[in-house]
Amino acid sequence: MNEKVRMEGIFKRFPGVIANDGVDLDIREGEIHALLGENGAGKTTLMCVLAGIYSPDAGTIRIDGEKALIRSPRDAIRAGIGMVHQHFMLVVPYSVAENVTLGLNKPRFLLNERKLEAEVGKVAQSFGIQVDPHAKIWQLSVGEQQRVEILKSLYRGAKILILDEPTAVLTPQEVRELFVTLRQMARAGHTLVIISHKLEEVMSLSDRISVMRKGKRISTVNTKDTNPTELARLMVGREMLFDLHKEKAIPGDEVLSFYNLHALSDKGLPALRDISLSVRSKEIVGIAGVAGNGQRELAEVITGLRPATSGKVVVNGKDVTNNSPRQVIDQGVAHIPEDRKGTGTVPNLCVLDNLMLKCYRVEPFRNGPLLNLSRIREFAQKLVKQFRISTPSLETPVRLLSGGNVQKLILAREIATFSELMIAVHPTRGLDVGATEDVHQMLLEQRSKGAAILLISEDLDELLALCDRIDVIYEGKFMGEVPAEGEQIETIGLMMAGKKGGTKEPEAASLQAHA
Amino acid sequence: MTWDVILATLAAAIKAGTPILYATLGEILAERAGILNLGLEGMMLIGALTGFLICSMTNNPWLGVLAAISSGALLALIHAFLTITLRAQQVVSGLALTMFGMGLSGFIGKVVIGVPIVSYFRPFDFPILSQIPLLGEVFFQQDALVYISYLLIPILSFWIYRTRPGLHMRAVGENPATADAMGISVTGIRYFYTLLGGCLAGLGGAYLSLAYTPVWLENMVAGRGWIAIALVIFASWDPLRALLGSYLFGLVDAVQFRAQALGLAVPSFFLNMTPYVATILVLVFATRQTARRHLGAPTALGIPFAREEKT
Ligand SMILES: Nc1ncnc2c1ncn2[C@@H]1O[C@H](COP(=O)(O)OP(=O)(O)OP(=O)(O)O)[C@@H](O)[C@H]1O
Ligand SMILES: [Mg+2]
Repeated sequence: MNEKVRMEGIFKRFPGVIANDGVDLDIREGEIHALLGENGAGKTTLMCVLAGIYSPDAGTIRIDGEKALIRSPRDAIRAGIGMVHQHFMLVVPYSVAENVTLGLNKPRFLLNERKLEAEVGKVAQSFGIQVDPHAKIWQLSVGEQQRVEILKSLYRGAKILILDEPTAVLTPQEVRELFVTLRQMARAGHTLVIISHKLEEVMSLSDRISVMRKGKRISTVNTKDTNPTELARLMVGREMLFDLHKEKAIPGDEVLSFYNLHALSDKGLPALRDISLSVRSKEIVGIAGVAGNGQRELAEVITGLRPATSGKVVVNGKDVTNNSPRQVIDQGVAHIPEDRKGTGTVPNLCVLDNLMLKCYRVEPFRNGPLLNLSRIREFAQKLVKQFRISTPSLETPVRLLSGGNVQKLILAREIATFSELMIAVHPTRGLDVGATEDVHQMLLEQRSKGAAILLISEDLDELLALCDRIDVIYEGKFMGEVPAEGEQIETIGLMMAGKKGGTKEPEAASLQAHA
Repeated sequence: MTWDVILATLAAAIKAGTPILYATLGEILAERAGILNLGLEGMMLIGALTGFLICSMTNNPWLGVLAAISSGALLALIHAFLTITLRAQQVVSGLALTMFGMGLSGFIGKVVIGVPIVSYFRPFDFPILSQIPLLGEVFFQQDALVYISYLLIPILSFWIYRTRPGLHMRAVGENPATADAMGISVTGIRYFYTLLGGCLAGLGGAYLSLAYTPVWLENMVAGRGWIAIALVIFASWDPLRALLGSYLFGLVDAVQFRAQALGLAVPSFFLNMTPYVATILVLVFATRQTARRHLGAPTALGIPFAREEKT
């Protein structure tokens, strides 16, 4: 196979960090090349250099053997490079067709919507990508938005397509569809680079794998000559266990219970329809389901971020229905929200401030009406170290951290301040294998210490590994409950598609006791 | 009141609304590209003065308009350089521009206070259209600059919603990072529309000194720039709605003027106040609506863009 791209000695420094420290990488024509590495290893930075978003401080890029000067995204597009970013780059109020043709000079002046949509539709079809060119971006699911992103690059005739963690936000079904599309593209001669933290995915999809650590490329291997254990060791630099130790635990008192909850979605449609459940201490209860079936709304109603239209939420025997978030927090409830930038952090505030968002009001971080900065600093330093948050300093604004490190920061804050109940929504999305294992370990630890945990996730393996029982949510209703055992995976799959099942109605017994 | 009085008031409303309309349209363009320019008042003042000076020197009002447009663009260039290239705070830069415009025009304008000019934009009957009953009298017995502003509405609407450059302009105001990644020059587009906004603000100023009241008075814009900024929100960044809003304000102005002329027993302070009270009411009303329906404020309005800075 010919060499398609060669990056040599790429060096990129940001204030306080060297994101790429002399990286060499070669990518062959028609291959699917996976890029692995811990959070903050510099994968996104390296690919942004290739796509013209960042200009490197040193290094050269060759395409088809010729030296290429890529100084802007426009240069990259001209060189046949397209990138699908971790956070999608789409103009939300625009239609699919408008997004796909954005920045092109064809047509030069007059926009004929109908013609444009027909044209985009035709190209989409020729690549086997299913999207409605007329739809507005905000009407699309995450999976569909991603297809628009891919189409955008292909429409520009990209030969090299970079995908930054494309599967992190997709449902298992969508991942399968995406992989079919990607394999098709590779067969048609496209060159693909895919960044991912999911080792099994990488093993099944890629031809070769490059591993990065601390801004350097550590090694490149043929996929068929390696295995997940070796990859994990290369990434993290230590042996990974992949073996969670879930102790048997006898659940204690009821910590969280909610009855006949109803709530509306942002669009004003019913999102939760009459659901009830209870979680006891020393217990992890999982909520499985395809994204958008009410998971987010459920977490928000419990934590006081969204009003319940009817029903009741009880924490530690206290009715907290429609209480303010502060009142809920004061009940010892921690929340790892789905939306990291909006709900989870204040992106423009620094690491220190974000870590202190929940506990600045209590002793010893408070000194009368003032903040006790030295104590705060000490505490924040400890968290950064304990949770291995990689950041140049405590004063770095959170928006500059890599995706995985933002998530670690939220976890650090919530675990450090929580006592009784944790609502965790996709807690390991976007985390590297090491960090994922750490998070799983921590959740189990909290469980042994007597916490009640409600774990909302789309990752069935994660749910099965951590939970004691799993409820499946579909269109705002519980389809039933199963114990967290491997052989239940089929049943869960069926319930996720809307079929009632499982061993019993969730917590019917305790409900009756309450009534 | 007779028909005649009503028609005359409506015609006066259009006249009074036109300078606000020009400024509002200019601000809409800049804001659509993501640049908030609070220097409108200053640019209008400088436009009014430059237009007046050049016209009184050359006796050619068209040259005056040209000069006003250029001076507006020049001031806008300062704003563009500060906020786009140096990425300064847009609010601060805009306020500075307004104060600069007020001070400079007041200072230079001293020499021409009270000086009359012979040639300025006078109303004329637009061929044929002025013969339409009622409408003709209101809309088509105006001056050339009013007729040009009529033309501007469909042109700008078309430009914003139906053309590729318009699409790119809106994309830059909505999501500059995406526009940039698609190879659009965010800097170029922001400069262009900020300058264009300056041109229209200058023109709006010139309308005051070359058509509305053909003299120079210190601070003669009298808050119209601020009204225009409020109107942009009321108009939800749409040229046609800007037209309606501007004429509404023109009407308030015309009515209070007439009331003063008739010597109503209301203190003139109150009447002078009405346009500004109306501004506040409009803002209260419009922002409530905005909050409810997310009436299309450009998402990246007021936020500087740099490719390597994450937002
Ligand atoms: N625009 C930027 N400004 C400042 N620092 C940045 C910027 N982009 C990245 N960094 C820093 O560079 C380092 C590498 O980040 P990068 O996003 O490339 O990591 P990554 O390998 O993609 O990690 P993840 O798996 O978490 O996405 C991080 O320490 C990050 O904080
Ligand atoms: Mg990344």
